[in-house]
Amino acid sequence: MKYIDPHIHMVSRTTDDYQRMAQSGCIAVTEPAFWAGFDRSSPQGFADYFRQLTEYEPRRAALFGIRHFTWLCINPKEADDPGFAREVVSLIPSFLQSPTVLGIGEIGLNKNTRNERIILEEQIALAEKHNQLVLVHTPHLEDKLKGTRLIMDSLRASNIDPGRILIDHVEEHTVGEVLDRGFWAGMTLYPDTKMTPQRAADVIEMYGSERIWMNSAGDWGCSDPLAVPKARLEMSRRGHSQALIDRVTLDNPTTFLSQSPNFRLE
Amino acid sequence: MSIASYTCPQNREQVVATYFLEHRAKLLDIAAFLDRLDRAPPSSAGADFREVALQQAIRILTDAKPQRVARILSLLSDYSPELPQSAHGMKGASGAVRLVSEPDGILSTGGTPS
Ligand SMILES: [Zn+2]
Repeated sequence: MKYIDPHIHMVSRTTDDYQRMAQSGCIAVTEPAFWAGFDRSSPQGFADYFRQLTEYEPRRAALFGIRHFTWLCINPKEADDPGFAREVVSLIPSFLQSPTVLGIGEIGLNKNTRNERIILEEQIALAEKHNQLVLVHTPHLEDKLKGTRLIMDSLRASNIDPGRILIDHVEEHTVGEVLDRGFWAGMTLYPDTKMTPQRAADVIEMYGSERIWMNSAGDWGCSDPLAVPKARLEMSRRGHSQALIDRVTLDNPTTFLSQSPNFRLE
Repeated sequence: MSIASYTCPQNREQVVATYFLEHRAKLLDIAAFLDRLDRAPPSSAGADFREVALQQAIRILTDAKPQRVARILSLLSDYSPELPQSAHGMKGASGAVRLVSEPDGILSTGGTPS
């Protein structure tokens, strides 16, 4: 049994996690750039982070036979300072040459502010200019519905094909609109504030298995790097077919990510 | 997009057999939380908006209409049209919004959850 965890922050995880993920069937991860839990004091802090994502982390993953790919951006939280954010964004184009970069992400909104939206739209433009895939973060609690709609409006104002954009952290009140507007949808399986494996299986039963994937978004907070295999088990104990389970945890991520020439499993 | 029906591979009896104990425990957790609130002395500020929102959300559980999760999440969503310039000084997300009282006593989020 093989799976891909298409959204996990391995810089925050131990090498033991790589080992346990490999033992559970993980063959590839994709790691979006995100907030470190504190605001960086300089753009140079991001340059070092981008080096970690593009140079160091693929080597650490390879020790366990896991392919590591990444997404680059300034995260929505630190994007609230546009001057600072633009300095960080100016660093990104040179890193796009790295062979494991799949696109721009995870961009989006955090508190649904105008400043965040300005930088979101500038990073959407960056993705369009460099023909990159886009991975989108949506706010987590009462802000999610409003934020998801604002983000989709900004994305639709660009010329990027929605089939090259994945909107992550969808829940039952946003997944329908995301799919209806032609985007891909990601479900994040998190122990506390987000979706459980049970609810993810429910969403598949309600909305089908097209243009949808699931991920752990494992990071420095309470999170579970084995959330995807746990969701596979949940679907299996409920009686879903192996083909359906593989579709949402292996085939769909492969289809979406293969739109980047840098994504290769061999 | 329409919600597909009968897409769960298990029949009702099997769903109950698989999940009853797990959700029995979760229901007891909610009951215990409400009992805990009863034992807590009232604060001067009155009922917390999150408590009000939770009470409203619990009604959705028993109204026998479909899409309960989506409707609860919508009830707990912010529909305000304003966009602040910056997040500076803003509090973290709370998971609920202040519900406004309508003439018939029904609480709503003051927006259209469409
Ligand atoms: Zn993330």
